[in-house]
Order: sequence, then C-alpha cells, then structure tokens
Amino acid sequence: MLLRQIIGPDRLGRGAAVKSRRSEELTARTASADRVVKSVCPYCAVGCAQNVYVRDEKVVQIEGDPDSPVSRGRLCPKGAASLQLTTGSMRRHTVMHRAPYALDWQEIGLDEAMEMVADRIIETRRATWEWEQDGRRTARTMGIASLGGATLDNEENYLIKKLLTALGVVQIENQARVCHSSTVVGLGSSFGRGGATTFMQDLQHSDCIIIEGSNFAEAHPVGFQWVMEAKARGAVVIHVDPRYTRTSALADLHVPIRAGSDVAFLGGIIHHVLENELYFREYVLNYTNAATLVTDEYRDTEDLDGLFSGFNPDSRHYDFDTWQYQGMRVVAAAGDRDEDYELRGQSRQSVRSAGRGEMHGAGGVALEGTPRTDPTLRDPQCVLQILKRHYARYSPEMVERICGIPPELFARVCRDLTENSGPERTSAFAYAVGWTQHSDGSQFIRAASILQLLLGNIGRPGGGIQALRGHASIQGSSDIPTLFNLLPGYIPMPHAHEHEHLNDFVRSDAPSKGYWGEMRAYMVSLLKAWWGSAATPDNDFCFGHLPRLTGSHSTYDTVMAQLDGTCKGYILLGENPAVGSANTKMQRMGMANLDWLVVRDFSLIESATWWLDGPEIQSGELTPQGIGTEVFFFPAAAHTEKSGSFTNTNRMLQWHHQAVDPSGDARSDLWFMYHLGRIIRRKLAGSTDPMDAPILDLTWDYPTEGPLMEPVAEAVLAEINGWDSEGRPLSGYTALKDDGSTACGCWIYCGVYADGVNQAARRKPAEEQDWIAAEWAWSWPANRRVLYNRASADPEGRPWSERKRLVWWDEAARKWTGHDVPDFDAAKSPSYQPPRDAKGAEALSGIDPFIMQADGKGWLFAPAGVVDGPLPTHFEPQDSPVPNPLYGRQRNPARMVYPHEHNRYHPSPGEPGAAVFPYVVTTYRLTEHFTAGGMSRSTPYLAELQPELFCEVSPELAAERGLVHGGWATIVTARNAIEARVLVTERITPLRLDGRVVHQIGVPFHWGPNGQSRGDAANELSSISLDPNSHIQEVKALSADIRPGRRPRGPALPELVRDYRARAGITDSTGTEV
Amino acid sequence: MSRTSQTDVRLDGTRDLRPDREAITRPGGPRARGERLMVPKADFRSYYGRPVLQPTPWSDHDIAGYLFLGGLAGASSTLAAAADLMGRPHLARAAKAGAACALGGSLYCLIHDLGRPARFLNMLRVFKVTSPMSMGTWILSAYGPPAGLAALTAVTCRFPRAGRAATVTAGLIGPAVATYTAALISDTAVPVWHDAYREMPFVFAGSAAASAGGLGILAAPVTEAGPARSLALIGALTEYTAVRRMERRLGMVARPLKKGRGGVLMRLGKALTLTGAVAAQTVARRDRTAAVAAGAALLAGALCTRFGIFHAGLQSSRDPRYTVQPQRARLEKAEGEGSRS
Amino acid sequence: MAFDLDLALAAPYDPASASGYREHPERMGFFTDTSVCIGCKACEVACKEWNAIPDHPLGFTGMSYDNTGGLGASTWRHVAFIEQPGRTAGADGAEFRWLMASDVCKHCTHAACLDVCPTGSLFRTEFGTVVVQEDICNGCGYCVPACPYGVIARREEDGRVWKCTMCYDRLGVGQEPACAKSCPTDSIQFGELTELRTRAERRLEQLHEAGVGSAQLYGHDPGDGVGGTGAFFLLLDEPEVYGLPPDPVVTTRDLPAMWRQVALAATALLAAVAVTALGARS
Ligand SMILES: Nc1nc2c(c(=O)[nH]1)N[C@H]1C(S)=C(S)[C@@H](COP(=O)(O)OP(=O)(O)OC[C@H]3O[C@@H](n4cnc5c(=O)[nH]c(N)nc54)[C@H](O)[C@@H]3O)O[C@H]1N2
Ligand SMILES: Nc1nc2c(c(=O)[nH]1)N[C@H]1C(S)=C(S)[C@@H](COP(=O)(O)OP(=O)(O)OC[C@H]3O[C@@H](n4cnc5c(=O)[nH]c(N)nc54)[C@H](O)[C@@H]3O)O[C@H]1N2
Ligand code: SF4
Ligand code: SF4
Ligand code: SF4
Ligand code: SF4
Ligand code: SF4
Ligand SMILES: [Mo]
Repeated sequence: MLLRQIIGPDRLGRGAAVKSRRSEELTARTASADRVVKSVCPYCAVGCAQNVYVRDEKVVQIEGDPDSPVSRGRLCPKGAASLQLTTGSMRRHTVMHRAPYALDWQEIGLDEAMEMVADRIIETRRATWEWEQDGRRTARTMGIASLGGATLDNEENYLIKKLLTALGVVQIENQARVCHSSTVVGLGSSFGRGGATTFMQDLQHSDCIIIEGSNFAEAHPVGFQWVMEAKARGAVVIHVDPRYTRTSALADLHVPIRAGSDVAFLGGIIHHVLENELYFREYVLNYTNAATLVTDEYRDTEDLDGLFSGFNPDSRHYDFDTWQYQGMRVVAAAGDRDEDYELRGQSRQSVRSAGRGEMHGAGGVALEGTPRTDPTLRDPQCVLQILKRHYARYSPEMVERICGIPPELFARVCRDLTENSGPERTSAFAYAVGWTQHSDGSQFIRAASILQLLLGNIGRPGGGIQALRGHASIQGSSDIPTLFNLLPGYIPMPHAHEHEHLNDFVRSDAPSKGYWGEMRAYMVSLLKAWWGSAATPDNDFCFGHLPRLTGSHSTYDTVMAQLDGTCKGYILLGENPAVGSANTKMQRMGMANLDWLVVRDFSLIESATWWLDGPEIQSGELTPQGIGTEVFFFPAAAHTEKSGSFTNTNRMLQWHHQAVDPSGDARSDLWFMYHLGRIIRRKLAGSTDPMDAPILDLTWDYPTEGPLMEPVAEAVLAEINGWDSEGRPLSGYTALKDDGSTACGCWIYCGVYADGVNQAARRKPAEEQDWIAAEWAWSWPANRRVLYNRASADPEGRPWSERKRLVWWDEAARKWTGHDVPDFDAAKSPSYQPPRDAKGAEALSGIDPFIMQADGKGWLFAPAGVVDGPLPTHFEPQDSPVPNPLYGRQRNPARMVYPHEHNRYHPSPGEPGAAVFPYVVTTYRLTEHFTAGGMSRSTPYLAELQPELFCEVSPELAAERGLVHGGWATIVTARNAIEARVLVTERITPLRLDGRVVHQIGVPFHWGPNGQSRGDAANELSSISLDPNSHIQEVKALSADIRPGRRPRGPALPELVRDYRARAGITDSTGTEV
Repeated sequence: MSRTSQTDVRLDGTRDLRPDREAITRPGGPRARGERLMVPKADFRSYYGRPVLQPTPWSDHDIAGYLFLGGLAGASSTLAAAADLMGRPHLARAAKAGAACALGGSLYCLIHDLGRPARFLNMLRVFKVTSPMSMGTWILSAYGPPAGLAALTAVTCRFPRAGRAATVTAGLIGPAVATYTAALISDTAVPVWHDAYREMPFVFAGSAAASAGGLGILAAPVTEAGPARSLALIGALTEYTAVRRMERRLGMVARPLKKGRGGVLMRLGKALTLTGAVAAQTVARRDRTAAVAAGAALLAGALCTRFGIFHAGLQSSRDPRYTVQPQRARLEKAEGEGSRS
Repeated sequence: MAFDLDLALAAPYDPASASGYREHPERMGFFTDTSVCIGCKACEVACKEWNAIPDHPLGFTGMSYDNTGGLGASTWRHVAFIEQPGRTAGADGAEFRWLMASDVCKHCTHAACLDVCPTGSLFRTEFGTVVVQEDICNGCGYCVPACPYGVIARREEDGRVWKCTMCYDRLGVGQEPACAKSCPTDSIQFGELTELRTRAERRLEQLHEAGVGSAQLYGHDPGDGVGGTGAFFLLLDEPEVYGLPPDPVVTTRDLPAMWRQVALAATALLAAVAVTALGARS
C-alpha cells in the first residue's frame, strides 16, 4: 500500500492507493445472480413489478422492475422488504398440530397432516350435511367455512372456490368482504362494473385529483407517483381526510373531515353543482339516466324523514317497486325476482340479505322495457329533478354542521373540482377503505359516482374513480371470488328459494338488455369447466351440484354460526381475523368454539395462536385446557416460490414466476388445495352417496411438476381462460356458448390465455410502448384500461376536446379507435339506434357508453341494485357521538346489526349514557406496516420503522384528557379496551360543528400480540355492524372514550369494559333501532 | 395558485417523459411557534434537540488516558534527554522509565480502544499527513524504539552509548509525541476540540510538561529534581494561560469546559496543577514526602485536564446548540457582509 | 507536505482525479428533493436490504413518524419528519406543514472522515464517492467525530464503522443505488453530479416562482465548507430544522494551521526543557 502511495499518483493516500483487495473485487449480487425471475410485489394492489435475483437456488435480492409501466421500478418500504419477508427467519417451515385441549403445539409430518385435514373435512361434511331447508334444496354443509384469498393467486382462489363449492361449502370468504365489497356495489350499480374505472398511470392526465377516504401516499405509495406526475403537470391535489397524513403533506389542500360524514360532503358538492348548473350538460343528458322518469309513487328521504318509499321496518328491507323507471322494470332474473316468494314467504330476509349488489361487479342490474325520458330535464319525476330535491338541504352550512368543514374551505373544493371538469378538463376521485368500511359504505361510493357522472368525468382520460384496492390480488379474489355470494365473474351464487334449475337462474328467454343476455353462456361454460363431461344439457350441466344460499353467509355470519355451534371447521387461507376483522374478540370466541381450525400462513399469526396466549387467555376468560379446538398450522409458500397471477387494483392480471422451490414443508396454496382435493377424492372414491357426486364428478386432473408435485399454475389459468370443444384456448368472452361446447372458469378473464399464450405474463417494457402500455400484462375486460371510454367522445363520436382525447369514432374506417381498446362494440356507429325488439348488447344504442347497464347509462339514480336506497343519504355511523341533523333517523335504517354479549353497541346521542363515549375513533394504515401485520410486524426492517401501536390525538384532546405525548392511553368501547402510546399532533384537528367540538382519535390497526413489534389490535374496539349491500363492517368511524395510562391486565380488563357498559346503560337492544 | 395545467393526454403516444414543470409544494408561510410540541422550546432550531454530530465512540479511559500518557511519555523523554545530558542520572532514569511505561500504557489504550484491535497494524498501511492519527502512528513508530531502548539501557545500565543516542532521539521526538494529540482531537468536528485548535497544542504541551515535571519530582531525589520542578512550573503556567485564552476565544462553545463534568474536571485539573507547581517550588524543594505529593498532584492535574477536555468535547457534540449556533452566527455574519458589499 | 495539503484542500477540484484516478467516470451523486418526499422510508428499507444491515429497533420515539432517529451505523438512509404548526388549511400564510427528508452521507468533496482515517479504510472511489472498506477498518473511530454531519458511526457489536457507500458495488456494475431506485416519487435522484446540480437549480427556481420562498439548496455549492457535497438536497426550511449543520466545514481545512500550532508548541516544549536544563546548570 505504502508503495502504491509513494509511487502512484495518490500521494495523500486517500483513493487509488489505499483501495483494498475486497474493494477491487467487489461486485453486486444483482450482477452475479444466476438468473432474474420476473415477479410482482406480494403486498398491496398497486402491483409493482419485481425482479427476483437467484443465485445457487436461493433468492438473494428482490427489487423493482424498471420495465413496469405502473411502478417504473420503484418499490415502497414493504416491497423493498420482500426479500426479508420471503427469506427471513420469521417464516415457519414445519407443520404444527395442536390437539384438542392440549397446552402446546406438536410438530407433525406434512402428509399425515394432509390426511388428517381431509378426514376432518369428510367427517364434518357428513355430520352437517343439509339437503334442504324449508323444503327447498340446499345440498350443502354449514359446518365448514373458509376465509382468505386476497393474498393468493387467482389460480389458487379458483381451486379453493371450485373444490369447496363442490364439497357443498358455501361459507367461503376472503378479505374482499371486509375491504372493498361496497366498492363493487357502489361502482357496479352506477356504471355496470365493480372495478376502478381507470388505471394508475392515467392519473397523470388529471387536472384535479380529490383523494378522499384514501391515504394514497401511505397505502399505495408507488401508485402515488402518478399523482405527483399530475401535480408536476399542474394538477390540483386535494386530500379530504380526518387526519393530516403523508398524503395531505403533498396535497395542495387538506380538508379535515369528520369520519363517516362523506355522504354529506359529497352531497354538498352535488348540491352545489346542481344549484349552479355546473354539470356537464351534454354528457349528463346523453350518458346518464338524468332524463329518465321514475314512478310517481317514488318517495324520497326528504318526504319520509330519512326513509325512501317501500321500507319494511320489520325486515328492515326496501321493496324497490316504487324506485322503478317509468316504462321499465327490473328483470326477475337479476336475482331479485324472488320478491314474490319473499312477500309470500317465511324467510323474508334471506334473499335480500344475500349480498346481491356485489354481482354488479361485472354487470349492471337487468331491466326490461324502454324507459320514459324527458330530455328537457324538467319533469319533476325525472332523475335530475329528484336529485335536486334530494340534495336540496345539503347546503354548505349543512356540510359544516355535519362534517365540521368551514364553508370557505368547502367552497374552495367545489371551485377546484368544478373548474377542472368539463370538455377541456377532467378530475379524478381516488378513494379506498376510508369510504368502503361504513354501515352505509356502498352509498359513499355511489355519491362519488353521481358527482363524477354529473361532472362528466367518467370514461375520460384523467377522470374516473380510482378505487384503490387492498391486497396484491384482492381484485382477483373478487373476480374469482372466494366469496359466499358469487361465482367467478360476478355470477351470483344460486339461491335455494329461487334457483332450482338453470333456467330459473338464467331466464335466458326473458328479453333483457346488455349483459344479462349472455348470462347463460357464462354460466354453462363455468359448469363445464368444473364438471366437465359430467355436465350435460340433460342434467342442467350439473347446476344441481352447486350448493344453495339461504341468506347471508358472510364472514361475520360465519362467526355467529361458530358461536352458536353450527360451523365446526374453519380453514384460514392467508387471513388473520383475530386481528384484522371487526370485533376480534368475537372472532376468537368463535374459533374457540370450533372442532377444528386450519391455518395456512408464513408465520404463527394471532389467528393460529389465540388458544395459547391470546387476549382471552391473558384476561382469564378462556384457558387452553378448556378449548377443544384442534388446530393445524401449515407453512405457506411465498410469492417467489410459486407461479401464478395477481390482479392489481386496476383489474390487471400480472403473472409472477416461481424463482425457487419452497423449503421444508412450506407449500403453495395451489399445492394444498390440489392435493387436499386429490386425497378427499381418493377417500371418497366409489361412493354412491349423492352428496359425493359433485366432488367425484369434478374435473380435478391438473398436471403437476417438480419434486414437490406442484400443480402447474398455467394449466389452471388455461381453465380459467376457457377452451372450446377441441380444447383450443378461447380468445375472449364473446366466444362463449350456452350449449356446453365451451368451458370457461371465469368469463371476465376469458382472453387472458388467448392463443395459448399467458397474456398476464407479457412484459413489454414501458419504454417501448405508449402510455397505455397495453402489452404489459392483461386487464379485464378484454384488456381495456379505461372503462366506459366511449364516453371520452361526444355523442357524435368526436373527442370532447383535443387535449382529452382517448377513443373516438373513425368514420372512414367505420370503427372506434384511439389510444385504449374501445370499451364499446368497435363497429357500432354513434348513430346506431337499436331495433325495438333487440336483446342483449344489440339493444344498446350508439350513445350508450355504459354497456353493462341495461339502459346503457350511468346511473345517477339507482332504480335497483342498492338495497338501502336509490340515492345516497347521510346517516351517522352505528356508534357516533353526533346526532344526525338531517333526518329523524340517526343510522342507516337498512344496516345489519348483530347483537351479542360480545358485540354491544353504543347509545345514540341524546340517550342517557351517550356521553360515556364522546370521541370519534378512526382506524387506518401506515406506510410501514401491512394490514393485520402478519407480513410486517415480523419483518424486522418494517417493524423497527413503526415499533409500537400509537394513537394520534390533538393537543386539545390531550389537554382535555390529560394525555401525555409519548405516554400511554387506554381507549375503551362497549366491546373492549386497548392501550396505545400517545402521539400528540396538530395533524389531528378538533372539528367545530353544530356549536360543539368533536375530537377524533386516530388508531392504526396493524398491531396484535405476536411478531417482533407487538401491541393491542384496534379491532378489539370495533363492532360488527354492516353495510346491508355488501356486508362490510364499520371500522372507519366509531365512538369511544380515551383516558391516560395503560389498560388493566387480567380479569380487570373485562371488568373495566363491563363497568363502561353499565355506566352507559347499554342493553342488548342499545343501538339496534331502525 | 395560477398554474396552467399541462395534463393533456400524450397524443403522440410516446411514453411519458418527465415534464419540465414539477410538483409544487404548498408555500410555507412564516411559522409563529417554535419547535414541536412537547419538545421543550429551544432558543435555536434543531431536530428534536438531537445532536448533529455522532457521539465520539472513544472511551475516556482509553483516549483521555492516552492523551495524558502520550503527553507524559513525550515530555518525559525530552526531560530525560536533558537530564542525561546534564548528568542527572536519577532524574534521567526515572524519566526514561516513566516515558517507557507511559508509552506502553498509551499503546495499550490506543489498541484497546479500537473496535478491531487485531487490525492495529492496518495503521501502517498508509502515511497520511491529513490524518493526525496516521502521523501519530508514524511518530510513535519512530519514537517507540528509541524510547524503549533508552529506558532499557537506563534500567539495565548496559550499552551506554546506544542508550545515549536513543535517549537523545527519543528526547527530540518527545515533544511531537506530547503535542500531536492536540491536532488529533482538534482535527474533528467536535466544537470544543476543533474550535480550540490554536491553543490546544499549548494546553497539551503545558500539561505534558507539568506531568513530566511531576513525574520527575515524584521519582527523582529532591536534589536532582530541579529541572523537573522548573518544567512543571513552566508547564503549569503555559497550560493555565492557554486554557484561559482558549476559553475566552471559544465564547459560548467554552461552556462545556466550565460547566458539567468537563468543567469540574477542568477546575480540578487547574487546581491540582497549580497547587502541585507551587508546592514543587516551595515545600517540595526540601521535603521528599512533599515532593511526592506535589509530583502526584501535578500528574493528577494533568490527568484531570485531559479528561476534562475530553468530556467537554463530548458534551459539546451531544448538544446541537454548540454545532448550530456558531455556524448560524457565521452564516449571518457572512450574509451581513455579503449584503453590505 | 503542508503546501501539498493546502493545495489538495482548495476548491474547486475533482476529487477522483485528486485521489489518484487518472481515468475515471463522472462524479456521481444524489440530489434529494425533499419537496416531493412522501416519507415512505422505502429508501431506508431498500438500503438495509441491499447492504444486509442489522435492524436495531429503538422503540416509539414520539418524534412524529421517525422511529429510527438519525443516521448511524445501522441506518445509512434516514427519513426525518418535522411537523410545523400553523393550524388548518385555508388561512393563507401559516399553513401547517409536515416536512419529510431523506438524509444520507454527503460524500463530501473534502471529506473529513476520509482525511483523518489512519488506515486508508475510508477511501475515495473512482466515482468521487467516499467509502469505508470493511476489510480494512480497525474501528479506531477517528472518522466519527471528524464528520461534520454526524453521518459515520461505529457499530458496537461489530467494532467497525459504517455508512452509505453510495452502493459502490452497484455503481461498479452500472446499477443505480438501491435507495434511489426504490424511491417512489423520485425524491432521491441519482446521477452525474454536474447534471444534478443544474436540475436542482431549475427546480429551485420553479419553487421560488411558485412562492415557496423557503426552498433552498443545501450542499450544492462547491464553495462551501466542504467543497460541496456529492449528495445534496433541496430543503424547505433551514438545515438545522432537519438536523443538518447550517454551515459545516471540513475540519482538515484547518489542519495545516493545526500542524503549525503543534510544531510551535512542540518547539516550545523542547525549548522549555532546554531552558530548564540550562537554568538548572547555571
Ligand atoms: N402501507 C400499507 N399499504 C396498504 C395496506 C397496508 O396495510 N399498509 N393495506 C392495503 C389494503 S388491504 C387496503 S384495503 C388499502 C387501503 O388503503 P386506504 O383506504 O388508503 O387506507 P386506510 O389507512 O385504511 O384509510 C385511508 C384513510 O381514510 C381516512 N378515513 C377514515 N375514515 C374516513 C371517513 O369517514 N372519511 C374519509 N374521507 N376518510 C376517512 C383515514 O384517516 C385514512 O387516512 O391499502 C392497501 N395498502
Ligand atoms: N379496524 C380496521 N380493521 C380493518 C381495516 C381497517 O382499515 N381498520 N381494514 C380491513 C381491510 S381493508 C382488510 S383487507 C383486512 C386485512 O386483514 P387480513 O387479511 O386479516 O390481514 P393480513 O395481515 O393481510 O392477512 C393476510 C395473511 O396472509 C398471509 N399470506 C400472505 N401471502 C400468503 C400466501 O401466499 N398464502 C397464505 N396461505 N398466506 C399468505 C400473510 O402472512 C397474512 O398473515 O383488514 C380489515 N380490517
Ligand atoms: S406494497 Fe404496493 S406500493 Fe408497495 S411495492 Fe408493493 S405493490 Fe408497490
Ligand atoms: S458526510 Fe461525513 S461521513 Fe460522509 S463523506 Fe462527508 S465527512 Fe464523510
Ligand atoms: S474507524 Fe475505520 S474508517 Fe474510521 S477512521 Fe478508523 S480505520 Fe478509518
Ligand atoms: S446509496 Fe446505497 S448504501 Fe447509500 S444509502 Fe443508498 S442504498 Fe444505502
Ligand atoms: S423513498 Fe423517496 S419518498 Fe420515500 S422516504 Fe425515501 S426519499 Fe422520501
Ligand atoms: Mo383491504
């Protein structure tokens, strides 16, 4: 060295001369990898592309793939921590078993455990089999339930749904329920499809982006680059949120709002737009149902003090008859045709509560007839006039009284939004679960849909409603739904009372417009995919093999069923309800009442260990020796260890390739379901019991590969895509037939395997494409990226403006063309008028951009499809300290409540005891953690960034309650109490409304008692109270008390909660009134 | 905000390029209130009151000890050489032995403080004038063998000629050993250490002289200890004056030298050194016991001073005000000058 | 040697050439535009993943959303969070602000850490960056107090010092640093320093035009106390608000003066001994 220093040019010995051997030889492990495998981030639904670097059959590095048009190579901290997630020491690699009443785990072999689980399923199924209910065939078991799917691949969800349905299980659910189910209802009933209307990159074209009910920068950080891109191009960004967050920090304007009051806020803007005639008249007139006339019998909430006409207070259900268009009526086949039965019948609630709204995920409500309209928009029964009357009282003053937003601030939002909408400009809304998770969540999304329709922002570049979905494949787990109420492609699950036969189900002979015309083809193709040659026209294509619903069997109903002992076996496939679901105590108490529980996850999450050291064990409410649940834990394979597709938040399927084999006993969920099915079928082989026919008839012959006998995921994708009678892959859903000559596992995904090519695995670099990047992966439907994009052109088919052109009618070529794939019959000219007796898609005219809607229009007013009202109306959350100033009805009259000793509600304002819970709690996410924490709290690099549960309070509240920054606080509701560190911050603003101050408390929901970073779960506080459309829980706004200090331990904890209940005078009926 | 948006769809179909305008953050107005809530209000701004600098990872035993021992060794060697040349064998032997022991101790401290002691020899990979520690290493490398040899020959009374040469060599290098450590600590961003770089070598030289004198007084017979006593006195006075000048020039940054642990040690050091020096000139001239006490006081004084400076430095890097305020003042001054010109 | 030193420490100059690289790539650096930072901490995590840095949980700090506190041996990128009061939007002027900024080693043009390192463990790379060589560092810790930004630190379990390497291993194979690559909003921009400087100036102008008067560049000026930094920043408030020194100076700038003082003092010591000796003889 010295010599180098003396003879070389680096005399001072600070560079070349002192370089060491190691430095000389240094090379990056990304450069020395044996191979680079293309993958997708397993955390959130932005779907950032990843490169997985493998060396010596080990994953050595994971980083962003710069080719991706969505992420451009970037990753947020979670994506950046995926190496630790997949290779870290927190992962388990052995199967564990806990015998009933045992005090500890025991390791057992994988094969043995698989046999045991198969036996449990077979036994429980036999013991709980139910052929019929109330004299109607159900052919199912209510003894088994499953939960989870949003973290899984589409192929995995497909096998779960297929196998469990064939076993007669109906209680199949996943995160989509608790996350965005109300989105499907809200967007689906407004536009015809339940997915975000646009895609991430298109946000750059917005002139104004309103982020409300979403914490975009924190929950979808890499997607947020497109907001920044818009901002860089001059757009105004507004964040409406109870808290000032990292999104607010980058926004031009932050508007603090009271949690749960957005319908009033949006209603206020709708009022402003209507009063000042600021709507995009030509768009509204042609593309929405503004001109359509509604029956004369229709009565509004303005007339009935918070109720629409048709309410039945006993069943808490609406009858839609009076909400109909004049001249058109809801087609019975749409799923609500059982009204007659209901009116006649015993089980009044059942069909209505079966989550029908969600089937609008891929198609609107079916109507027949031709609606009467008034193009002058003056008729008092026309939708626009009804809308005006409905929102007449949503004045700026009312907005202030309800939301706590001062009129000047509100005016600024109105101005920015309306000035940036119209032919030349477009505004976008971005929301997520700050809107969905309310007891009237679907209506929050409806309200935004109405506003965006009025402003002419749907289907246009830079416009739309960006529904920011949650998990990596939560859109996929709605599309290929591990959901009780749906079959793949949003086909409803048949209902016992109405769908005995395929014809009842489809009513293909009924004249109907749009989507429903092809329903039979989709359904038959699905049945062919599942039951193959066993499905013939003579046996209704095995339609009878499908178990039937008799009401709501959502995950929260399952909990009730567990508590009352009907549900005995539970399979958790990547979901952690002991932390993530509302009222976690109910979740655990339900699981403690099971015969057996299977948990598949990376590590021992709370839902696997509650019997050992869960909160009820700590408080003495349960003891391990008193719990009879048998528990199996199976280690899951990570995304790098399996191939499959995720569907991102914008309906885009992206394939991730396996990089390495999983080690130890870790296996993919595809492996688990496939082999479980194989074992069960082996055990049942030869059975002549008719209940076993569906499982034995099932097509279950997937090829396997490798030493682990991993099913070939692409073979499953091929089945999802579908094939013709020759086995040739189909190229799109228009090729589907209703005669049994085609098979297709999910009609909306038909085309993803067109030409036998895995379209989801396409990775043409963004650099080599235009901004639409149509050759990167594949989106449903038919690879369209902006839905309803025909609306980007005027009725004549010309772009509304040069700067906002997307697709247009090329008169010369006589076809629709443009940047995106037209979301319209490409050959249908703008001047096309349907013949009188036209059916299906033919029945829509050349100016009907909402092709999945029966009338081709965007629905300002929903004559059907939304069970709690045709128009969004402000109601207070289930537990709220604020009285509803608009109507005599405090809460959504149609909401679903589940009174139970562990699920008590709070008194209404004004009732004695209401003051016991004076504050509003809202729960949310942090960039650094992921959902229930299983993927972040045990990932050290993430855990250290946010090491403890905290609550955010304003200095004013801190002073009021003596809370000390950095100290502890205890937060109490009628359900439970939790402790959190106190973060006093001016980011939380006390709201002044209606002459009082309302304090809000922010609590992130990521913590639980396991992992590296531990804390109480926010969901100890929340109650089970659901949106009636989608059965989503209300966890975004609830009342609570807060006090300084840590919470009591042991039996003193339930004692404290009991004491609070007593002080508030809470009974089993508190808060359950209509 | 009067911005025209450029959010047109990219008609040419090209992949987007970053446009030339970029995202604008909200204008930040004047902020009336001070720091964050709950963090006590400060008279200057900082990040939650956290230090700007990293804590120096040196332990006081090792590094302050090293500063002391290095000074003692270096000055003792010089004293030894002088004594040798003047024919004061006892004093010379004591100083040589002392220097060697101190050298050994200082090397031990130096190596012990390394995070990777086994890699001590990596110090010899380079010769860096920009690094006082590197220079120190080379100085010590040059100094160690003669100093050791000097002590060895003195104790064993063999090879007198070589011993004499070694003694003189060590004596000549000694002052460098005693003072380079001032550059060592000054050549950091630690406010007290860095800002005092002008005086620090003199503080160290003085303190080294005082301690070497102290050792001589303590170990040599009263009759031979005259030079040691004088050296102690000169050293003590030098140190005293240098410290005073240093404190005055440092301004607010001198506070850690006066307050807290550093301040206590500095005061103690000053008291011991001055007492020792005065005692040496008085009672210790005759009384062996008093001489021992005076010598010990001088040694202890030097030790305290080094520990004091060490801790004052640490204190000044722990509190962001010592980093921020002088820099802010400097900037404002520069700005003031800038706007005037 | 001393004049050599003076020369070497004078600005402006090209650090790689000055460190003995006859042919070398352009000087690479970071421009961290904190005005678009969303505080996601991807940079912190990406850095840790890439460099396999051990985690070191501090617990809840109460410093807004910052729970890593600052740069250190195990945190080579650190995101600061500053909440600035000014209640609710709307009212002009004093709006509430939440500043976020990702800090990193500055890769100083005149790097004190490098200058003082006695082993040559710290060295200047051909990219003009400053890197610790983990096979050389003996943990003397000298670089730690030398750094005027409080960047480099010793990891006690390990005994050596650590800091950002500007992903020297990646630069060597033509890849951008892990932190910059992950940054979702391009708050961290990596590239040739000269180009970044122009870009930063343009950006500053824009912000000033838009009325963000508090925006300022930090470390971009080759005339500053460290000769400009290889990683520089656009800040929305004074540096000290982010925990950065407002006017750092490379300590070795004063080293020639220090050596002079040492020489004086050493000579004085020698003289003092001589005087005492002579005095004693007389
Ligand atoms: N870092 C990170 N990213 C994630 C996840 C994660 O856990 N961590 N989870 C993923 C999942 S599963 C999902 S579903 C998405 C969710 O993404 P988001 O919905 O963005 O996440 P949240 O933080 O739950 O809620 C968003 C915001 O809603 C606000 N809010 C609460 N109540 C109301 C209200 O009544 N009105 C309004 N306007 N705002 C309200 C909260 O203050 C919060 O800032 O994120 C996905 N991405
Ligand atoms: N209070 C409150 N509660 C909420 C919310 C809220 O905002 N506030 N948000 C709700 C929302 S939107 C959601 S989505 C839920 C989320 O709640 P959960 O879904 O219960 O939470 P996660 O932690 O995402 O659970 C997913 C689990 O799947 C595991 N996993 C990941 N990949 C795989 C795999 O490939 N196979 C298997 N078998 N397992 C895998 C992960 O390790 C993790 O433990 O929480 C809901 N709960
Ligand atoms: S968590 Fe979401 S935003 Fe973050 S890297 Fe993964 S997909 Fe992208
Ligand atoms: S910032 Fe500090 S550690 Fe980084 S190069 Fe400069 S002096 Fe060295
Ligand atoms: S600690 Fe290591 S890098 Fe720092 S100065 Fe010492 S040898 Fe050099
Ligand atoms: S450049 Fe590399 S080492 Fe430096 S902070 Fe970024 S990731 Fe870490
Ligand atoms: S990755 Fe970028 S946006 Fe995220 S904290 Fe770091 S600098 Fe800020
Ligand atoms: Mo979610």
